[in-house]
Amino acid sequence: MSEKSNCCNTTDDCCRECAVKTVGSSLSLSDVLGAWKVRWGIGRMDYSVAPGLYALGEPDNSSPVFVSANYKLTFDTLRKNLDGLNCWLLILDTNGINVWCAAGKGTFGTDELIHRIEASELSKFVSHKKLVLPQLGAPGISAHEVKRHSGFDVNYGPVRASDIKEYVNAGYKTTKEMRTVQFSLWDRLVLTPMELIPALKCSLPIFGVMLIANQFAATPFDKTDIVAHAGAVAAGTVLTPALLPYIPGKAFSIKGWLLGLGCTASILGLSGKLKKESRLLSAGYLLLFPAISAFLAMNFTGASTYTSPSGVKREVERALPLIVAAGAAGAALTLGAHLFRRGRAAR
Amino acid sequence: MKHRYLNGVTTLEYNIDKCVGCGKCTEVCPHGVFEMALGAKASVFQRDSCMECGACALNCPTGSIEVDAGVGCAAAITLGWLRGKEPSCGCGGSECC
Ligand code: SF4
Ligand code: SF4
Repeated sequence: MSEKSNCCNTTDDCCRECAVKTVGSSLSLSDVLGAWKVRWGIGRMDYSVAPGLYALGEPDNSSPVFVSANYKLTFDTLRKNLDGLNCWLLILDTNGINVWCAAGKGTFGTDELIHRIEASELSKFVSHKKLVLPQLGAPGISAHEVKRHSGFDVNYGPVRASDIKEYVNAGYKTTKEMRTVQFSLWDRLVLTPMELIPALKCSLPIFGVMLIANQFAATPFDKTDIVAHAGAVAAGTVLTPALLPYIPGKAFSIKGWLLGLGCTASILGLSGKLKKESRLLSAGYLLLFPAISAFLAMNFTGASTYTSPSGVKREVERALPLIVAAGAAGAALTLGAHLFRRGRAAR
Repeated sequence: MKHRYLNGVTTLEYNIDKCVGCGKCTEVCPHGVFEMALGAKASVFQRDSCMECGACALNCPTGSIEVDAGVGCAAAITLGWLRGKEPSCGCGGSECC
């Protein structure tokens, strides 16, 4: 980010100038690398820009004001999409969290917006009373309250920053398409690393249990068991999000369970582990692994853009007891078969 | 392809008598739940698409809409139960939970 402080040393309006930061619309290599690191959870916290008023291009007192969050990825996406436009960016302090999450928490909210309008002395920079907010900020903002306290009109722009130019060119009007949240394959895929990595970290103790059990086991766990577990994790955290609208069922846990079942059956079937003579073990595998996928898939509701809390509550109420029961029974059978049944458990 | 979640669960309540037809609810809803009807009042068009974000209720100037808004996140709800508290989303950065 090329954030140069425009601070002069002599003139009287030094302070006024300093209150505004100027910023360009092109992203540097470090911006791009930073975004990649955030997605993969490397130093993900604290990726923020300073709140306040920014000048993009050479705005004057009639230039539009776009309001956004101080999460750096949001900020970067916004300025990239505003390329070529002279405008003001009013950045709220959302603790470095994106607009959508911050609106849900209320940090991208009515009070902060009113405060930021005053603190940045916005009305000294523009002569109009019009703010453009991302529509996804609406769950935190009450437009008529903002108007009442600050005099500024809140206009909700498009959901996606990439539609902003079109919105501006259309005279600040959104189409229904621009107002609707999509959850495209790409939207879903960029979220999967943050599902997969924590799930793999949580798997380490499971591998530890296998290792310890192998000291006593009649039939040791082998690499197929590890692959089957990894497959179940991937089915829940990557495949389910990727194929979300195409998998039968509405509940995420059902979708995850189906893919987990497919994954487990293929991996163990191909490796010859699902054998008639070890029915208990096969049952154990088929109870345990799909339950893991179902649980992980259910957690993806938190990242999705269309699940209601009432719906998720119902899903958790119904699915979680089944998942826990299947997982526990499956784990007991799998572990028991490996510990006590010589030769028949594995190949 | 359109995503659909469970039907018949939303807590959305709309009182058409209070509506003054400003259209704000259609502007803020990310799932096209409201439409402006010909009689210049809003009507609930796709109730089951509601994700209970609360934007419509907060932005309706006449208080015609009520919804129990919150986070639609299984981890938050499960943790909320375990801790005996209201579910809250542990937004660390780019997305919820
Ligand atoms: S925001 Fe309220 S008053 Fe305005 S159209 Fe919707 S329901 Fe009616
Ligand atoms: S709560 Fe959100 S999703 Fe539901 S109708 Fe209101 S704005 Fe739309």
